[in-house]
Amino acid sequence: MNLSQEDRDMLEGKHGKAVQKSMEILTTLGEIFNAEGMITIHSVQVAGVSYANLGEAGLEFLNEMAEDGKVRVLTTLNPAGMDRENWKVLGIDEEFAKNQNRAINAFAKMGIITTCSCTPYLIGNSPHFGQHIAWAESSAVCFANSVIGARTNREGGPSALAAALTGKTPNYGYHLDQNRRGQVLVKVNVPLKGTDEFGVLGKIIGDKLVALGKVIPFIVGIPSATVEELKSFCASIATYGGVALFHMEGITPEYNNYPKPKDIEFDVNQNDMEKARTELIDDNLEIDFVSIGCPHASIHEIAILADLLKGKKVNKEFWITTARPTKKIADQAGYTKTIEDAGAKFAADTCCVVAPIKGRFKGIMVDSAKACYYGRAKNKFKVKIGTIEDCVAEAIR
Amino acid sequence: MKLTGRKIYKGIGEGEAIVTNDGISFYGGVDPDTGKVVEVGHELEGQSIMGKVLVFPTGKGSTVGSYTMYRMKKNNTAPVAIVNKEIDTIIAVGCIISEIPCVDKIDINNIKTGQQLIVNGSEGTVEVK
Repeated sequence: MNLSQEDRDMLEGKHGKAVQKSMEILTTLGEIFNAEGMITIHSVQVAGVSYANLGEAGLEFLNEMAEDGKVRVLTTLNPAGMDRENWKVLGIDEEFAKNQNRAINAFAKMGIITTCSCTPYLIGNSPHFGQHIAWAESSAVCFANSVIGARTNREGGPSALAAALTGKTPNYGYHLDQNRRGQVLVKVNVPLKGTDEFGVLGKIIGDKLVALGKVIPFIVGIPSATVEELKSFCASIATYGGVALFHMEGITPEYNNYPKPKDIEFDVNQNDMEKARTELIDDNLEIDFVSIGCPHASIHEIAILADLLKGKKVNKEFWITTARPTKKIADQAGYTKTIEDAGAKFAADTCCVVAPIKGRFKGIMVDSAKACYYGRAKNKFKVKIGTIEDCVAEAIR
Repeated sequence: MKLTGRKIYKGIGEGEAIVTNDGISFYGGVDPDTGKVVEVGHELEGQSIMGKVLVFPTGKGSTVGSYTMYRMKKNNTAPVAIVNKEIDTIIAVGCIISEIPCVDKIDINNIKTGQQLIVNGSEGTVEVK
């Protein structure tokens, strides 16, 4: 790999220990993936924040990096294992809370903005078209590449941190034009509406791509989609298909930049949607937990929830997971009061995927296909997907 | 016999080989406190990789696995070196942050469990004694 003088200085330790370790990570990845050199990046999203995943060793690594490491670009943080203000009400134990804060403090010491959200693009970490960035968090990676047209590989926690501390990433994969072409033409023949339906579509396409061994779909037949629908679709197709980039004709900014694949590889019809939806609803369900906000709820989704919950009472544990800044807007707009008066709870900074709630509930109802996957695999819940309206109806039933 | 591959992380690790043809997920697949493989149905299930030269095709699973490797190093339950057929990012990053010598692009069929190996991560070589 061709390294600049600055790259070599970093590697030799002239910019401190954390930068040296970071450069070791980045140049090794560059060698593995045949990068020609390093490129400057403009934004980082760091994952691996929940203490449940980091453990003492992960925390020790972060503290070591924080001794002399400082971020060189705008860097935000993925969700933590708890709401940083409201953790007690949400049933998180004190020991976990203490350790979670130690991890967040290590990130803060490095100059990372501790947003604790999987939707950095909704709260001020919004790269523009064509910018090189280094993001972890698979759903945000997919959104940044596809919907925004920025360029990032699927980084892990340490490689994203390394990019933040050096301002660089090896130039390979999705940073290069030739790796951004659509590989598989998918035709959608059914009208879609809502976060749940776009999540179901993400599962269908994701599952098929895994079977085909391909990663970049070119999707036609979708006339329009909201930001929330695309957010849900990104999370789902990244979860089920490992997809980091898709093109959607008429919607995403790069669909016209590369040749469209010639032949339709597969169609998505009404019966496919029904079958996939059935796969996201378990038998013998007893729902005692409802959660909206995977990925983190936007202010629009919170406004809709406030409208649906106004004057109602929920009879089940109901979490709205969102970014702290989004919740602040909801506080000011009065949505928080309406929602909390109905007995639902905000869980900012965290989500039902990373919070330590394994086995705490029997069945979860969500509007997110990604939340179904982790609800089952990680938390051992039974799951049911439905519209945001269905979720509220279930909670107040 | 000396095998030549690609250097992934520097340093020299010497020890007894433990070889598998299954991929390894450090997050969830290995117990960082005991150094034992715990993945159900894995070829090495129940066996310890502590202090051994771990030889396997490639990594799999969650990126959190890199941190698990770091945790094992701190617990003294980590392998002394790693040899892969084709490295993946989780194992590569895990070796770098944990400072475990590592070489890949090695035909692992040439190595048998129980053989003494010297892995030179700085040169990219594996010597079978």
